[in-house]
Amino acid sequence: MKKLWKNKTTRKSFVTYAFVVLAYVILQSIAAGGGMKSSLKGMLVPICAYVVMAISLNLVVGISGELSLGHAGFMSVGAFTGVTAAIALQNAIPNAPLRLVVAMVVGAVFAGIVGFLIGIPVLRLKGDYLAIVTLAFGEIIKSIFNNLYVGMDGKGLHISLLEDKTHLMEDGRLIIAGPMGIGGIQKIATFTAGFILILVCLFVIFNLVNSRSGRAIMAIRDNRIAAESVGISVTKYKMMAFVISAAMAGAAGTLFALNYSTVVANKFDFNTSILVLVFVVFGGLGNMLGSIIAAAVLTVLPEALRGFATYRMLIYAIVLVLVMLATNSPRLKALLARLVPGRKEEGTDG
Amino acid sequence: MSFLNFVISGISLGSIYAIIALGYTMVYGIAKMLNFAHGDVIMVGAYVCFFAVSKYNLPPLVGVLLAVVICTLLGMTIEKLAYKPLRSATSLAVLITAIGVSYFLQNAALLLWTSNPKIFPSFFKRAGADATQAVNGVSLFGGQLRISYVTVVTIAVCLVIMVALTLFTSRTKMGKAMRACSEDKDAARLMGINVDSTISLTFAIGSGLAAIAGVLLCSAYPTLVPTTGSMPGIKAFTAAVFGGIGSIPGALLGGILLGVIEIFAKAYISTQMSDAVVFAVLIIVLLVKPAGLLGRKIHEKV
Repeated sequence: MKKLWKNKTTRKSFVTYAFVVLAYVILQSIAAGGGMKSSLKGMLVPICAYVVMAISLNLVVGISGELSLGHAGFMSVGAFTGVTAAIALQNAIPNAPLRLVVAMVVGAVFAGIVGFLIGIPVLRLKGDYLAIVTLAFGEIIKSIFNNLYVGMDGKGLHISLLEDKTHLMEDGRLIIAGPMGIGGIQKIATFTAGFILILVCLFVIFNLVNSRSGRAIMAIRDNRIAAESVGISVTKYKMMAFVISAAMAGAAGTLFALNYSTVVANKFDFNTSILVLVFVVFGGLGNMLGSIIAAAVLTVLPEALRGFATYRMLIYAIVLVLVMLATNSPRLKALLARLVPGRKEEGTDG
Repeated sequence: MSFLNFVISGISLGSIYAIIALGYTMVYGIAKMLNFAHGDVIMVGAYVCFFAVSKYNLPPLVGVLLAVVICTLLGMTIEKLAYKPLRSATSLAVLITAIGVSYFLQNAALLLWTSNPKIFPSFFKRAGADATQAVNGVSLFGGQLRISYVTVVTIAVCLVIMVALTLFTSRTKMGKAMRACSEDKDAARLMGINVDSTISLTFAIGSGLAAIAGVLLCSAYPTLVPTTGSMPGIKAFTAAVFGGIGSIPGALLGGILLGVIEIFAKAYISTQMSDAVVFAVLIIVLLVKPAGLLGRKIHEKV
């Protein structure tokens, strides 16, 4: 145990797990004691969903080193497929927590498949070109779900694009109604489920990062040519990170959507992708604990600023710019390095 | 004839994208950053022109000039306050800052001018034969082909800007300094070029062009809200990448192609799916030519 504790990465992951568990226990006991405002209570599940979004994007941006501007697209895929599964299985699986788990798995699998398909062309590109193509895919996914009609009746699922051609039988139900999205969702997402999802994702990420594959992914990030020359398959490992990240975002999307009674495709647009990217950069690239804290704080912050009503988004924007300026100022960095010796070497890896 | 109509409106929309894309491409070429706040500068320009003309009854030309001046100053201020301190920071930090600036501009506009849509006045019309009726375009071939004045002016303005900018970057000292900075900043500094002021000038030109684009955009699509600039901004950025980011002729080509594809997709495929078609074409082009249509392929040295 003592040996384990000395290992820096292991220590770091234990601190992260401990933080998440502690946060869950504290929040859950406050909520149980009735000391929580209902507005905050309603945000617990979205916070979990955004935390998972942030750590999964951090896997792509921080660990794999590729800028993705379309992460909300995977969330969208997860939300729509997962909720469709939840509705379709409403009678088959009456147990709500079990249905939630099945829905999240369906969302993750579909998002993973979409991630794989998108990854084939995307991962051939580099830098800003890769970023713009992920942005383009995010917009395409949004357009498709805005025009998708899925209905279910005795004969099974009916899918049509652009207009409602599902021709359902009388007992049928239109699940996805194009721009209207999905309505009448049973809100089966719970804070506990979100907490477990976060733990599972953290477990997957930490184990990946500390494995042979994870080191290969980071080697590609640090120097692609050098990694290639020692026989690391660039496409394979980049794809691995990309698909795992997409699947996690899909599960987060399902969790998120099952917390509301309706879900529309426009919720998962470019701005959502950017929002998640802001969490990742704020928390520090490759730093999972940072992503978790940033996602939670920045989701609650606009709500906490509600007292300032109209000015809150303006304040949010100013805070964003000022933090970026402060954390990147060379003078401030030098000062910090002098105050906290050894900080630099700890901050550089995941 | 409808085909020709679509081509012309596509070129017109594409010209607006091209003017916006110029701002992206020049800033990217010189500062290597994606200036996501550029789309919102367009919106500010449109609002300034709107208020100058509708509220203070200034002549349209003065309104446009005022918009250009204010946007130029705005662009230089943003560069000085937000981007200049981050010259040595990672590109991701600069990107997030640009997004912060974009949020700031949108929300400031929301506070100042509310979310109620403003209907942009139409500048390009003349009194018809009947004095009560304004004519806003010309009809050709017995009314089968209609070209509005906005279309004509947009395309003309785009061409003038392109020619002027090409001459500026190839002939003048400032333009050459700009190209030198985008090639190699340190070498340019050694040659006695003031890199900071050159970057500032680039932002000034890009933002001034954004104001013109804003006025043209709102003349063609007259609903003005604080988020007016974001989607055209993203599309123009796509256009810049399409043509090869960093290249001025590339921005023109990318912008016009994107506009034509968008209008064709709307006309022949589906109105709701037009954005998806545009982005799908972009993806295909980038797979075939990873540096855009006219972009330079930079070979990595090991």
